[in-house]
Order: sequence, then structure tokens, then C-alpha cells
Amino acid sequence: MTVPSSPSTGPRFGWHAFVLLFANPERFMAWSRWAAPIFGALAVAAGGLGLYLGWSAPVDYQQGATVRILFIHIASAWMSEFVYACLAVASLLALVWRQMLADAAAQAAAPLGAGFTVLALVTGSLWGRPMWGTYWVWDARLTSVLALLLIYLAYIALRASMDDETKGGRAAAILALVGAVNLPIIHYSVTWWNTLHQGASVFRSGGSALAPVFYWPAILVALSYMSGFGSLWLVRIRGEVWRRRADAAALRAARG
Amino acid sequence: MSRLSALLARETALAWGRGGGPMVSVGFYAGVATLLPLAIGPEPQRLAAIAPGAAWVALALASLLSLDRLFERDFEDGALDHLALSPTPLELTCAVKCFGQWLATGAPLAVAAPIAAMSLGAPVALTPLIFVCALVGGLAFTFTGGIGAALSLGARRGGLLTAVIVLPLFIAPVIFGGGALAAFETGLPWTAGFAYLCAYAAAFVALGPIFMAAACRNALS
Repeated sequence: MTVPSSPSTGPRFGWHAFVLLFANPERFMAWSRWAAPIFGALAVAAGGLGLYLGWSAPVDYQQGATVRILFIHIASAWMSEFVYACLAVASLLALVWRQMLADAAAQAAAPLGAGFTVLALVTGSLWGRPMWGTYWVWDARLTSVLALLLIYLAYIALRASMDDETKGGRAAAILALVGAVNLPIIHYSVTWWNTLHQGASVFRSGGSALAPVFYWPAILVALSYMSGFGSLWLVRIRGEVWRRRADAAALRAARG
Repeated sequence: MSRLSALLARETALAWGRGGGPMVSVGFYAGVATLLPLAIGPEPQRLAAIAPGAAWVALALASLLSLDRLFERDFEDGALDHLALSPTPLELTCAVKCFGQWLATGAPLAVAAPIAAMSLGAPVALTPLIFVCALVGGLAFTFTGGIGAALSLGARRGGLLTAVIVLPLFIAPVIFGGGALAAFETGLPWTAGFAYLCAYAAAFVALGPIFMAAACRNALS
């Protein structure tokens, strides 16, 4: 039987301090000020290298030069779903703990996610025209990404149409959770309905189906998008925190 | 129990009698079914090919119409505050409201659906399945639609916003019901799609009221 050698005194580090980095606006503003440009630089570096490797890669024996579109396309399709996961988690935290920063994070993530979704749809249809012979097919993957875009737009519209910001934020957070319940159902329903898009080929059991010369540019661009999203997200959250502080200051000034 | 039955009677009576009741939804439905041949052309083969699908998607659109009355009037005249204060959980109250709405507009639309499909040229053998799909689908449309109606309480342009929120949520039930109807028409096994539709309706009869109550509490706070 072991006895703790000494009772813990003073500030505790570890999990508690980690949570405070995100929960306490002061601490968040302190670290995000440096983290945002670092993520941005990482995004530019990884994106530059990835695109260079992508341009210098040999053309695919079936797809020709259009394979280069996929370096941009695959990562933006991943990001469209990843950002929704971030939005849903931030919304849950904002609803349950009434966290101001989580609410600002959800608000900041939505337009970025919608942007990645539009990028995935546009690059996909530009690739589909020479490859499938059409810009758009009512295929399962395409339809579920379109549904994701509609849910992002509903989130942004709901948030924008409420005069009371707090109420609008909470209503939008509830919608984000409804969407999180619905997205898997929509995904499986359209898969059952119609499938043309290929299955998973980069991350799958048995290793990647891509040749290394195509694999590394795709991974580097994905890394670039991920850190670029991190950077833009932090910048947007910081802007939102400043805006809310300015609103509060204006309110105080008006009260005299 | 008597409180719940009184609430159900109130909701059904209000949905039935207020602002034209089911006649507005059924009239809209008949209007869409009339416009379709005018846009597509009166050739029977062409119309018959799209008849079940057209009847089904028009049903989804018609069930959007009555959603703005589900919470909005009660929110404006203060009845929703009273309902939130009652000892009945607000989740249960929202479920009863949606159920009353379904009785007053979903059921009449389910009767109109096979008639509209047949007038567009759907085979008569399909009518029982269209009726049952419309009944179950109406339940799914009302309980997902109620979420949108509750979320847009207090928003500017609430009606349009409700449609923007709700239409993405209609994707899955529209696919399930449409799939069942198309499979039945071509002689394929149709029970899978119908079972998915029932499962979706059951899931949102259970989950929808939780989201609706949260949205109502937020709007009332």
C-alpha cells in the first residue's frame, strides 16, 4: 500500500493547465498570438513543397495531367469533414459549459469548413469532366458532400439571422449537433442509393493504393491544409474575441 | 395522462382549425401535382416514370408549409411560456405538439399522396405502399421539421430559415421512401428502404423532441 509522499500544493499542472489554455481567454490570446503565424508558415512550407512535388510528378498512365487536381481535391474533402467535427465538438462545449471561447471557435470554424467543402466540390467536378465525362453525377460521395455544404450554410444562416447573439449562438450549436447526428445517416443513405466514386484509397487496410510519387504530395498538401486551417481558425477566434471585447467596452461607455 | 390528452386535443384542434388547417397543405400539394405535367409534358410514359418520386418529394415540400405554425404562434402569444412552466417535461410537450401536427396535416396529406401519384400515372398496385410511406414519412418530416421550426424561433425571416435548416435533414427520408417506391415499381425487394424509413422516423420521434425542447428553452430564456 503506497501513500502519496506529499499533498499537492500550489498550482497543479498537467490536465488542468492544459484545459485552461483553451478555457481562459487571457491564456488563449497569449499563446495563439504566436501559434497562428507558426501554423501559417508551416502551411506555406508544406503546401509549397507538396505542390512542387505534385507538379514534378510524372503524369498518371490513365488520368494524364488531371491527376494533379487530386492533390488539391483529396485534402479539401478530408478537411470539409474534419472542420465539421471541430465545429460539432466546439458547439457541444459551448452548449454544455457555456464557454465563450468554444462559441467563438464554432462561429469561426463554419465559414472555413464551408470554404473547404466548396473547394472539394469544385475541384472534384473539374476532375470529373475529363475523367467521368461530366461535371456532376448524383453519386453517393458527391451528394453527401453537397449535403454537408447545405448544413454548413444552414448553420451560417441561422447564426446570422438572430439579433440576440447569445441566443443565435446556442441555437446554431443545437443545429450543429443535429447535423452531427444526421451526417452519418445521410452518408449511408446515399451510399445505399447510388455509388460511382471510388472507395478509400490513401488510408486503408493493406497500405495505400497510391504510388509513393503521388502519395507524398497528397500527404504534404493535407498537412498544409490542416495547419492552414489551424492558423486561420486561431486568427478568426482572436478576431472574434477582440470584437466581443470591443462590444462590451462600447456598452460600458454607453452606460457612462 | 389527462394533461397529455388535453394537450394533444388542443394541438390537433389548433393545427386543424387555425389558418386553413390541412386544406392549405393539401391545396399546395394538389397545385404542385398539377404543375408537374405542365412543365414536363403530358406524355403518359414520361409522367408515369416520375409519378411516385414526384408525389413523394411534393409531400416533403408540402409538409414544410405547416411548420411555421408549430411553435411560432405559441411563442408570440406566450402560450409556449405556459407550456414550459407546466409540470409536463418540455420534451414530452414538443413530442405531443408534433404528433398533433402530424394527425392534422400529415394524415390528410397521406390520403392525398396516392391520389396525386395515380393522377400522374403511377400503377394502382403502388397506392397502398405510397399511403403507408406517406404516413411514416410524414412522421419523420414532422419530427425533423419541428427541430427547424423551434430553432428559428425569434429569428428574422423565420419561415424561410426553417426551410433552409430542414431541407438537408429531409435528404435521408426522401432517399429511403423514394428507394422503396422505385424498388416496388420495378419488382425488386422494397422492404429494405421501407424499413430504413421506419427506422429514421423512429429515431427522430425519439431524438427530435430533445433538440426541440433545447431550442425552445433557448428562445424563451
